[in-house]
Amino acid sequence: MTDDELRRLILDLICEIAPEADPASARDKDDLRETFDLDSMDFANLVAAIHRRTKIDVPEADYNKLYTLEKAVAYLAAKAQG
Amino acid sequence: MPALGADMEAGTLVEWCVNLGDRVRSGDVIAVVETQKGAIEVEVFVDGVVSNIFIPVGERVPVGTILARIDRPGEEAPSTPSESGPVPVAARTPVAIREAAAEPAPATAGASPRSASRRKVAPVARRRAATLRLDLATIKGTGVEGSIRLADVEAAALIPKATSPVKRGLDLAEMRKAIAAAMSRSKREIPHYYLTETMDLHRPLAWLERFNAEREPIDRILPAVLFLKAAALALHEQPKLNGVYENGAFVAGEGVHVGWAIALRGGGLIAPAIRDTDKKSLAELMAAMRDLVERARRGGLRGSELASPTITVTSVGERGAETVTGVIYPPQVAIVGFGRVAARPWVVDGRVESRPLVTVSLAADHRVTDGHLGGLYLATVARLLQEPEKL
Repeated sequence: MTDDELRRLILDLICEIAPEADPASARDKDDLRETFDLDSMDFANLVAAIHRRTKIDVPEADYNKLYTLEKAVAYLAAKAQG
Repeated sequence: MPALGADMEAGTLVEWCVNLGDRVRSGDVIAVVETQKGAIEVEVFVDGVVSNIFIPVGERVPVGTILARIDRPGEEAPSTPSESGPVPVAARTPVAIREAAAEPAPATAGASPRSASRRKVAPVARRRAATLRLDLATIKGTGVEGSIRLADVEAAALIPKATSPVKRGLDLAEMRKAIAAAMSRSKREIPHYYLTETMDLHRPLAWLERFNAEREPIDRILPAVLFLKAAALALHEQPKLNGVYENGAFVAGEGVHVGWAIALRGGGLIAPAIRDTDKKSLAELMAAMRDLVERARRGGLRGSELASPTITVTSVGERGAETVTGVIYPPQVAIVGFGRVAARPWVVDGRVESRPLVTVSLAADHRVTDGHLGGLYLATVARLLQEPEKL
């Protein structure tokens, strides 16, 4: 997946979890949890959805590497290659 | 019209899920009612046959109004009403789907040939449609008798939307009124006392980390599940915190059904019950919590879930405040609050160490218990959390 595709996937999955979310409001360096008002359950669901769609299993210790779009895309891209 | 929580006075019938003559079993959802807390599914608690439907779709009626008659086996009238019988049209034509009924609809809105019988929708398809905010009425079903399958929803999702998304059923201004009414009553009637206790989570969180490390994301458990289970089990030792205060007396709960407080994005709060919280495994509680959060947000909670909590537990999560002291939801007699987990200095064996701490609060009803018993309860919660493998 390209970085753009990963970015779109993350935003799509967030919109499934938080239907009120406006993906246009996402900024690369902002905390996704703040932007979209995601609580712990939402974030757990996001990680599960990423796993379902990409087979990338993000260990719990790495959840903080998904907190911004920029970091999440970089992390998932690296994981997808490795 | 059931009372779905304290201070509900009336509800609007927005969908009949059964037709006259249908056989129903205890636990079946027979109708959907719009309340201040959104659309709630109403269940029946008897087995029998629907012999009369009194309230048409679209009508708002006070709590206590009889909605329908169900004859139990053996007491069925000699001439069971049939589909051809003289029944009011409005009562026989359920609005096919709740999402459509969320629009202001006259009582006759469902009177089109297609909705003469309820369209069957696979639960997984209904959930998916809700997630995607698709109107089920616009989806072509390809299953048995035109029922909507998951694949139909996925296919419909690919069609560009011509109109704006379906309007959300929940009116947050109405929900605010419901919260205000219940909390005002609580503050007026319930003499609260408050206790807090700081607990060291080093052991339970280390255990949970190992537990989750061996599991795929979908099977992992949140710390809140440990809180919920410990709060429920501790009630075995202090049952006077589990129940309701009604007509001047405490009535102990039959079972531990914890109301789990769920914040809705955009504002609003609801605390539906997780039945037999104390008897469920951690995995079952995680699944129950996930399911409740999802249904609370799209308006698919059941009447029994709103009416049955015997205590409330709230956990603010990782972005919440450090301490939360709750307001008891009447007629319950206690609410337990878990604040945000934070690393703080803590004395271990005479030395200061950094430990993940949580402040747990209890607000309880002085008409039933007092601070000594409340303190014992919090001590029990703390003790149970130190043995997470037994939760």
